Amino acid sequence: MSDAAALDAPRAAPTAETLLRVQNLSVHFPIHKGLLRRQVGAVQAVDEVSFDVLKGETLGLVGESGCGKSTTGRAILRLTPITQGRVILDGEDITHIEGETLRQRRRKMQMIFQDPQASLNPRMNVSGIISEPLVEHRSLSRKQMQERVYELMDAVGLRRSFANRYPHEFSGGQRQRIGIARALALDPGFIVCDEPIAALDVSIQAQVVNLLEELQQRLGLTYLFISHDLSMVRHMATRVAVMYLGRMVELAPREKLYSVPRHPYTQALLSAVPEPDPRREATRQRIILTGDVPSPANPPSGCRFRTRCPHAFDRCAVETPAFRKLSDGHFAACHLSE
Amino acid sequence: MTDQPIPAGGATPAGGPALVAAPAMPKHRSQWSDVWRQFASHRGALAGMAVFLFIILLCTLGAFIHDVDPQKLDIRAKNQLMSWEHPLGTDNLGRDMLAQIIAGGQVSLAVGVTAMLLSLLVGTLIGVLSGYFRRLDGPLMRFTDLFLALPLLPLLLVIIMLFRDMLRTAFGPESGIFILIVFVIGITSWMQTARIVRGDVLALKEREFVLAAKSIGTPSRRIILRHILPNVLSPIMVSATLGVANAIITESALSFLGLGFPSDFPTWGRLLYDGANFMTLTPDRVIWPGLAISLTVLSVNYIGDGLRDALDPRIRGR
Ligand SMILES: Nc1ncnc2c1ncn2[C@@H]1O[C@H](COP(=O)(O)OP(=O)(O)OP(=O)(O)O)[C@@H](O)[C@H]1O
Ligand code: SF4
Ligand SMILES: [Mg+2]
Repeated sequence: MSDAAALDAPRAAPTAETLLRVQNLSVHFPIHKGLLRRQVGAVQAVDEVSFDVLKGETLGLVGESGCGKSTTGRAILRLTPITQGRVILDGEDITHIEGETLRQRRRKMQMIFQDPQASLNPRMNVSGIISEPLVEHRSLSRKQMQERVYELMDAVGLRRSFANRYPHEFSGGQRQRIGIARALALDPGFIVCDEPIAALDVSIQAQVVNLLEELQQRLGLTYLFISHDLSMVRHMATRVAVMYLGRMVELAPREKLYSVPRHPYTQALLSAVPEPDPRREATRQRIILTGDVPSPANPPSGCRFRTRCPHAFDRCAVETPAFRKLSDGHFAACHLSE
Repeated sequence: MTDQPIPAGGATPAGGPALVAAPAMPKHRSQWSDVWRQFASHRGALAGMAVFLFIILLCTLGAFIHDVDPQKLDIRAKNQLMSWEHPLGTDNLGRDMLAQIIAGGQVSLAVGVTAMLLSLLVGTLIGVLSGYFRRLDGPLMRFTDLFLALPLLPLLLVIIMLFRDMLRTAFGPESGIFILIVFVIGITSWMQTARIVRGDVLALKEREFVLAAKSIGTPSRRIILRHILPNVLSPIMVSATLGVANAIITESALSFLGLGFPSDFPTWGRLLYDGANFMTLTPDRVIWPGLAISLTVLSVNYIGDGLRDALDPRIRGR
């Protein structure tokens, strides 16, 4: 990562190119009730989220279960309907494209899924799974197709002799490699990794992460790396974004976020992560959050974190804190971090 | 880089030809030979297949070996027991039972298989469409409920009354009634299939591999063909085997009510019902057609079982 310094800027610095720009993205799932299936409300899975992803970087996206990380990733890839906002990939607004245009754009963006078992069709063999994107988008001869599948299998460290086997014959780590090969098949520039290692054994996690890093360097990939494992994100990410209940609460370069978190929620999250340095670990103070996460169908007014925030005060209930740039380059949404 | 590889080549459970699948290039195993191998390892399926083939051979070639006219009356030789001349005896009008069973089998099997295919086609189509496309779900499921709620026998009666003569003049008396019966059985027995398939599709389309296919840009049509249908094969297969049985039995009931094939046209169902009146006198007139129906249904069930396993790579691999 030689150009890590250049990527250190939290937002599109003039030198780095923005690959993906998400503006005020909202995804609300309507709730229908009653005999007439009238809409009685909406699950605000993602609400007014904005961020940029720079070419070649890994943007970590962290947050508790149910805070809308996967929904954000899926909305960006146009896999779930977008309620509001814009998604701009490579300078092109892809929020409203449909049909064949969308189909063509899908070559540029792919996804790696959390559960490698569920993300592979149990009735297709490895070469069938990896070649599906090729069948859909390229007109290759049988032989070229075979060759490309082998190439991809080599790239992710799968033996060529596995090509005719079925997913159930593999271990979790190998299945995830199949999923990665499929995502790479069309040479996408941008990949959403939706908790790609959460379902794997700890011993296998490192291997898959190393593979993802190696591929990123070799192919110049850009990742949106979704995870709830803060240590893994610290290892992988160039910058880190934190979500809470559908909103983005903080975004900063990795080192800054981990050393001086500005948002009370980030502070609480990080206080739960053990420090590698024993001296700092000795002084680590856990901030215990009380109460449950409110329902995204009926979020609190003002700051969504106020029901659990140890610093909450009057203003938090009435005014939604803006997600804005702070003096030290952080982005945060809290009235206290002016 | 690689994680713990599954033991190399031949030692794997699915290794197929041992030691051949050595590192360099995979030997291109034909998928269908694997399917056949798994099918053949299912003893019930193999036995079912043998019995079913035997029944089919009996009904097709049997007519040439035992070439007695099933309609030939011989009042003097009525109600006979088994003999060389009449291997399965004769009925109360002296007609040869074996010849009648052979002739009836041709019709019953044809009706059973075609009606099953029709009902499977309709059921799968409606099930997949309503499970996959949310917009179609409501209307199609109401439509299915409607069919389930219809009183079947009166409906059959009306359909047959209305269309019998029309089809007879168009296709001749036998094919006309055949088409009518297959159609009637087919369109009144697809509902269970549709419901089961819909349920499975609803669950399947939330699976991540369908999402993966969408993210690749695979159009709905091919997602259904490539990812959904192969995964609902098991319930379809079960419906198919039950469907054959159901069709043969429904045809019997129709014949019994006088709505099926003309009375001089034997089917297994008709033979069974005709024989029921003489059960005390000549019980074998009930036993033979009953046995034929049961054996067919049973063997088809076993074949379906074996096919279901053979087409599932998770089971095949073991
Ligand atoms: N299709 C849907 N219909 C209705 N609600 C949904 C749908 N998908 C997600 N949600 C809701 O949106 C919220 C965010 O879900 P999402 O899957 O994005 O969370 P997540 O951060 O990825 O959580 P996890 O860590 O568990 O994967 C949850 O409350 C979830 O119940
Ligand atoms: S705005 Fe108020 S409630 Fe929200 S994080 Fe800041 S202090 Fe806490
Ligand atoms: Mg998720």
